[in-house]
Amino acid sequence: MCTTCGCGQGQVTVEGETGHGHAHHDHGHHHYHSHADGVSEARMVQIEQDILSKNDHLAWHNRDDLTRAGVLALNLVSSPGSGKTTLLARTAQDMGTDRSVAVIEGDQQTSLDADRIRQTGARAVQVNTGKGCHLDAAMVGRAMRTLQPAPSSLLFIENVGNLVCPAGFDLGENAKVVILSVTEGEDKPLKYPDMFHAARLMILNKSDLLPYVPFDVEKCVEYARRVNPEIEVLTLSALTGEGLQGWYDWIAARAAGMAPAEAAE
Amino acid sequence: MHEMSLAEGVLQVVEDHVDTADRVTMVRLEIGQLSHVEPEALAFCFEAVVKGSVAEGARLEIDRAPGQAWCHNCGRGVEVSSLIDACPDCGGFQLQVTGGNEMRVKEMEVA
Ligand SMILES: Nc1nc2c(ncn2[C@@H]2O[C@H](COP(=O)(O)OP(=O)(O)O)[C@@H](O)[C@H]2O)c(=O)[nH]1
Ligand SMILES: [Mg+2]
Ligand SMILES: [Zn+2]
Repeated sequence: MCTTCGCGQGQVTVEGETGHGHAHHDHGHHHYHSHADGVSEARMVQIEQDILSKNDHLAWHNRDDLTRAGVLALNLVSSPGSGKTTLLARTAQDMGTDRSVAVIEGDQQTSLDADRIRQTGARAVQVNTGKGCHLDAAMVGRAMRTLQPAPSSLLFIENVGNLVCPAGFDLGENAKVVILSVTEGEDKPLKYPDMFHAARLMILNKSDLLPYVPFDVEKCVEYARRVNPEIEVLTLSALTGEGLQGWYDWIAARAAGMAPAEAAE
Repeated sequence: MHEMSLAEGVLQVVEDHVDTADRVTMVRLEIGQLSHVEPEALAFCFEAVVKGSVAEGARLEIDRAPGQAWCHNCGRGVEVSSLIDACPDCGGFQLQVTGGNEMRVKEMEVA
């Protein structure tokens, strides 16, 4: 839980955005009028609406736009330092020759990660969340409008480093990918079950360090499958490249089912 | 996860259902046992978020819905209290969540 980080939307900045290009969705709201003859009477109003309905609605639009363009979007989540940016820079380099790769980088401050991605030749846009500890669908929508991912491209979203908050926020992605590095301990799936429950794939990164740290891969996978029996697992090293082919194959398999919708004439 | 955003979400839903002249005196939520919410933290954030809004000072009532899962071993529904629970009958982890992850604004009292 994370009560210390307030989420002032006013502090969110999206690189490359001109003016205040917020998309406002105004839907017909219900208004109840009850002030009959100045007698104000307490009354119950039935609502039955999800707390995150606004986010989910915007996520639906993002997903709709992405699906139409045949873009595979993956939402990478992890604690800070487990290797998301290293993996993405490498992936952009290796896969960028075959298809267009774009990256949305989420961090509280700085554009360091977007700069690292751009050095590989891939396009990237940095979202700074200020005090916010997760990306939401509105921020990703704004970033998508700036990035304009090409049809049939790959879009990676690097979420803010945090194993808790991003779990509940749908961004419109095709899948969440949780990255855990072997220096973090194999018990994390039990300590932060929401994230491992929400993810389709768990990447165990920094496999090159396995000889030096006590990390029980089998145990970790067992723990992850306790909270999510269907989770897939890949072990790799973003640094040495060991196991990366499995990641590229996983992406290619997911992207294979996506094709841009025929433009309606 | 992020209770401040959730509290803002609650206020958004509330504001979508009232007139600015209304005063909301109570908001009832349904928060499933398996959802991503810490009710106490949410209540704390709610109090802060509603300051200066139609719901300033409103009482927050939180109903907890029990966690429910389908056990693939036992072939029946069971009750669980967290995502790391084993099946209370067979002790296995072949569980699929079927209920208890709701985060919903149910109703409110308007004066
Ligand atoms: N040994 C090792 N270090 C890695 C690996 N992947 C990333 N790192 C290092 O871990 C640190 C954090 O990586 P970074 O990509 O910035 O993590 P992020 O915060 O998740 O984006 C950096 O010093 C990386 O060089 C890996 O596979 N093996
Ligand atoms: Mg990073
Ligand atoms: Zn069972």
